[in-house]
Amino acid sequence: MKCKVCSGPGVIDIRRHNANFCSEHFLRYCRQQVEKVIHEFRMASPGERLLVAVSGGKDSLALWDLLLELGYEADGLYVGLGIGDYSVESARQVKAFTDRFAAPRGGSLIEVDLRETYDIDVPTAAKVGKRVPCSACGLSKRHLFDKAAIDGGYDALVTGHNLDDEAAVLYGNVMRWQTAYLGRQRPHLPAENGFPRKIKPLVRLSEREMAAYCVLRGIDYQIDECPMAVGNKHLQYKAALNMAEEDTPGMKQAFYFGFLREAVDRFAPDAAAREGGQSNGEPGSDGSTNDAEGSLGLCQRCGSPTNNEVCSFCTLVERTSGHDPVPVELVRRPAKRRQR
Amino acid sequence: MRVLLRQPTRTIDVDGPMSVVKLLHRLDLSREAVLVIQDGTLVPGDAYLQDDAEIEIRPVISGGA
Ligand code: SF4
Ligand SMILES: [Zn+2]
Ligand SMILES: [Zn+2]
Repeated sequence: MKCKVCSGPGVIDIRRHNANFCSEHFLRYCRQQVEKVIHEFRMASPGERLLVAVSGGKDSLALWDLLLELGYEADGLYVGLGIGDYSVESARQVKAFTDRFAAPRGGSLIEVDLRETYDIDVPTAAKVGKRVPCSACGLSKRHLFDKAAIDGGYDALVTGHNLDDEAAVLYGNVMRWQTAYLGRQRPHLPAENGFPRKIKPLVRLSEREMAAYCVLRGIDYQIDECPMAVGNKHLQYKAALNMAEEDTPGMKQAFYFGFLREAVDRFAPDAAAREGGQSNGEPGSDGSTNDAEGSLGLCQRCGSPTNNEVCSFCTLVERTSGHDPVPVELVRRPAKRRQR
Repeated sequence: MRVLLRQPTRTIDVDGPMSVVKLLHRLDLSREAVLVIQDGTLVPGDAYLQDDAEIEIRPVISGGA
């Protein structure tokens, strides 16, 4: 296997581009894909301040690194979700990355801990509110990401959704014809109604490429899966798409970029689209839409945009705080067959 | 060879030498869904693994965020 660029020994093959790369030229390819998508969708300009939502996973850490590599001014935001050992390990990875890769290039880390600041955590909020953990989690993350971006005066909130994530969310939305969500599934949502601009610069890169990027850059990340994610719909959609991709390399990219080119405008947002974004209770949709709840007024508790008197995050906090913490094991989904 | 697997983390021993493709096939893993890692770098699919090799097979698909 030879590198397409220099004919040196290749370390990775990318079937959808019919290309093999050595380490150096693979890293360059990743930077080029991010630059290209940032220009294509006018996501950000040099000199703007970006806030990257980092989870400790491969995508968000690779994204922060890539933006710093490309010369952007980018800080990280980590939200402690209180999901047992998983969150402890995730926080450790994020801090190690910050010290080694971000701080030397001027990137600093903002940390918000659900338990410390709001006396809640994801398992307890899920149990008390009788909701799916990913729904309580997604709601909290969206709220806190938006708030940190606005309060910190950042020009954009950046999330690490990759091509596989976006194709899987699109697949789910198409399967159920969630037209309001479809109209807002774009890699760049402009700031509006008190919500920050939201951008997803990894949409041209696959999950496998992001993991490879981390390995080749020497970035350690949280490899274990969130215990709440087991068997969720997002993973099922990914498995379905990966089966198609095996037969037809490039299918996922054609599906997602074809949608952006040919279809998203037909579902353009109107009043109906404000009702729910893609907050369908599954991961992959976190912090990615300016949906929330209509943006007609301001929350009486926290001042965030909402069309209720109290926003759904403050409602969640009011219901959950003061409750004894519920351990992860009690809210974990039953393990179904493995989706690989 | 010694193979480190993830989710959950565990190690298994496999008799080598063997090609990466054959090893993944034997473990019933898709090449698109995992990376093979040795000494901090990636091992391409056409590489041959020696009997004394120590490698990691890391899944790349995640359901969380
Ligand atoms: S899998 Fe669900 S609970 Fe876990 S981090 Fe993602 S959204 Fe939150
Ligand atoms: Zn090369
Ligand atoms: Zn509020």
